[in-house]
Amino acid sequence: MAAETGTIDALSQFQLTPVLGPVGAAVGFSQSNAHMLLAAGLITALIMFGMSARAVVPGRLQSLAEASYEFVHDLVVGQVGDEGKRFFPFVFTLFMFVLFGNMLGLFPYAFTYTSHIAVTFGLAAIVFVLITVVALSLHGRKFFGYFFPEGAPLWLAPIIIPVEIVSYLSRPVSLSIRLFANMVAGHVMLKVFATFVVLLGGLGAIGPLVAVLPLSVNIALVGFEVLVAFLQAYVFAILTSIYLHDAVHLH
Amino acid sequence: MPQLDFGNPLMIAQIVWLLIIFGVLYFVLSTYALPRVEEVLEDRRRRIEGDLEAAQAAKAEADAAIAAHRDATAKARAEAQAAIAAAMQSATQEAAQRSEALAARLAEQVAAAEARIAAARDSAMGALRQVSTETAEALLQRLTGQSESAAVAAAVDRALTARGQG
Repeated sequence: MAAETGTIDALSQFQLTPVLGPVGAAVGFSQSNAHMLLAAGLITALIMFGMSARAVVPGRLQSLAEASYEFVHDLVVGQVGDEGKRFFPFVFTLFMFVLFGNMLGLFPYAFTYTSHIAVTFGLAAIVFVLITVVALSLHGRKFFGYFFPEGAPLWLAPIIIPVEIVSYLSRPVSLSIRLFANMVAGHVMLKVFATFVVLLGGLGAIGPLVAVLPLSVNIALVGFEVLVAFLQAYVFAILTSIYLHDAVHLH
Repeated sequence: MPQLDFGNPLMIAQIVWLLIIFGVLYFVLSTYALPRVEEVLEDRRRRIEGDLEAAQAAKAEADAAIAAHRDATAKARAEAQAAIAAAMQSATQEAAQRSEALAARLAEQVAAAEARIAAARDSAMGALRQVSTETAEALLQRLTGQSESAAVAAAVDRALTARGQG
């Protein structure tokens, strides 16, 4: 433990370690992937068990399942329009996967897979590939007109086209770094203040009294992190919807 | 920062597993889970719509019934008014007829009575001349012992004429 050695080690929580013994080690199955599997299982269970009653007047779990469905559905249809309905399952999967990743990471001893830039960039890359493929298949070569807006003076083309291309290519980067940075910052803060609690608590008689301060900060931080967890999942989903809108409508 | 340790073989494996898990989750959700939710929501929407429609139909029916009832009431009232008016009119007519007949009969009786009275007076007046002439002659005979019936008749005539009974 970091606290026992008297130093603050906020980053070891992000270390990948194989699970499931030698089999897991052989296939590179880390605790990050185990949490992904847990999240996927919980999402599926929420929908499947929640909707198993198929009640006209929903119970608690069914209300939760329906609320998440309608929340994402309204988000996608509101941003993309009626054409967006076929992307709804993708955005729903993305939103729930990120949301459950963020939320599961707040439990003690849990791992936050959305705090890995490789994971968030992997998800952003899926989005990037999807919007590019959708735009190309819907608009063909007209898609490249996206990089030069109609009506702009032709002599501005050498400036506008590189800017537009860079802004298009930076989408997955900003999408992934936003989520990654938020999660890492939150968990580092939690870890640092938790370490303070332990370090200050060991300071003799007044220790427990002083340690209340970082503890209360941590309690507030957990509430804040719940908000951030939801907000970042929402931002990820709504930015994906906005990119899909651009891909479907080109501007 | 362990997240930037891209030399770690677990990093590549993590991405591969991410793609597998995310892909399976997408497949399960889009094939089994989400259509189920949609089905339930659609069913509920249909049911609410159906209920609303039924309620609207029932309301229209009730409105029609109220309108029919109002019409029937108005019609019955109008009929009753007409019947009252007709009864009043016929009663008035009958009363008028009856009073007219009564008046006619009374007028007839009055006329008959007047005629009888006139006849009685005429006969009384006719007898008056004879009585007065005979009385005057008898008085004259008794007083003078002679009869002058012509002069007496002329005097009676004059006297009667003077009284306006001639």
